[in-house]
Amino acid sequence: MAGITRGFVGRRRERDSRLPPGQYDARDEWPVLHAEATPNITTDRWTFTIEGLVENTVTWDWDEIHALPRSRYEGDIHCVTTWSKLGMTFDGVSVDTLLAAAKPQPSATHVMAVSHTGYTTNLPLDDITGGKAWVVWDADGEPLSTIHGGPARLLVPHLYFWKSAKWVSGLRLMDHDEQGFWERNGYHDRGDPWTEQRYQGD
Amino acid sequence: MTLTPGGTAHRRTLRWQTARVLAVRDETPRARTFRLALPEPRPHLPGQYYVVRLTAPDGYTASRDYSVASPPDDTGEIELTVERLDDGEVSEFLHDVVVPGDELEVRGPIGYFGWDASSPALLVGGGSGVVPLMAMLRHARRIGRPDLVRLVVSARSPEDLYYADELPGPETTVIYTRHAPPDAGRAVGRLAIADVAPLVRGGETAYVCGSSGFADAATHVLIEAGVQVQDIRVERFGPSG
Repeated sequence: MAGITRGFVGRRRERDSRLPPGQYDARDEWPVLHAEATPNITTDRWTFTIEGLVENTVTWDWDEIHALPRSRYEGDIHCVTTWSKLGMTFDGVSVDTLLAAAKPQPSATHVMAVSHTGYTTNLPLDDITGGKAWVVWDADGEPLSTIHGGPARLLVPHLYFWKSAKWVSGLRLMDHDEQGFWERNGYHDRGDPWTEQRYQGD
Repeated sequence: MTLTPGGTAHRRTLRWQTARVLAVRDETPRARTFRLALPEPRPHLPGQYYVVRLTAPDGYTASRDYSVASPPDDTGEIELTVERLDDGEVSEFLHDVVVPGDELEVRGPIGYFGWDASSPALLVGGGSGVVPLMAMLRHARRIGRPDLVRLVVSARSPEDLYYADELPGPETTVIYTRHAPPDAGRAVGRLAIADVAPLVRGGETAYVCGSSGFADAATHVLIEAGVQVQDIRVERFGPSG
């Protein structure tokens, strides 16, 4: 139990059962947080590749990934810096659809998500399969803006949002866990917002 | 493009600790600095931040990230400068309620946006974005290497300028976007290539901090001025209370 802060009562009227512990509702704001210069990845240069421990290394370009069956996520997103956005809609393709084409080998247990900027973040394979992850290009019905990872980003909404790599360029399947960019810099390897897995050791 | 990892791999636990507020002072009408004594001091890199967590009697918590403004030293103390945001649940509490002698839960230091003083740095900050950059400038001055840094600060007006007494120096450039003092020597206006280009010497890392809009504009100016995109690190201040 945390120590009580003298005089602090908080703003309970803003609480919502959809908010994980320690999160606040950003409402109409969508904060922008990334450590690198915002890149300009045009759709004609964008590709997405699944490689590593797969039977087929597969690369999709913009038109090819749009030809796949669409999948939508409607729900909430949570950033480790304590803001959440409730009731978002993202459109794209399920990672299940992409993995079905690449056919993961039985030894694959983890993935490294990679961005066109060089950003990386690690995920257990179980966290991006079974309808839990997407590659998305529309947010709330509009094309995903560059500052939010457009033209396309990974979406893993049940984990803190640094796992949802902006400007995603692919997934590398591995038979072990390996830390990505923020994880090497102190963030948690998994990042479950409901148990506040914010930093290493949480 | 590549994004170079800033830290070494580590799995240490970042434990919460209870800091005591030693002093509070105003930087501007809307920014206040809190000096904290840490029971378990940890060395920070200039540019890193701490999380401050407030807890209500029923267990409700609110936490926000605040950059360390002070340079690393051996006092076991840090300073956090907090901008008061309208309707900011945490910043308003810190400004309105917290006084010396209070205790605050904190953990850190955290973050990739750190300068280790081993190579030249070009620092570009907007508004409250100057806070982590000030830690870098103070550190460079403290270790006798102010030649390693160039700091450009963008402020709306003289009243909005943080650390106004301490900033002037051969390493610093202040630009005003709305109102400037009579002796500013530069017309008011947003950060431009002409403000930055003379400071680019080659081989430096650029550290940009401010709102997301400022960060993107400053990044663009730096690239136009010849800084390579992979040599630019960005810390964005989203709306948070």
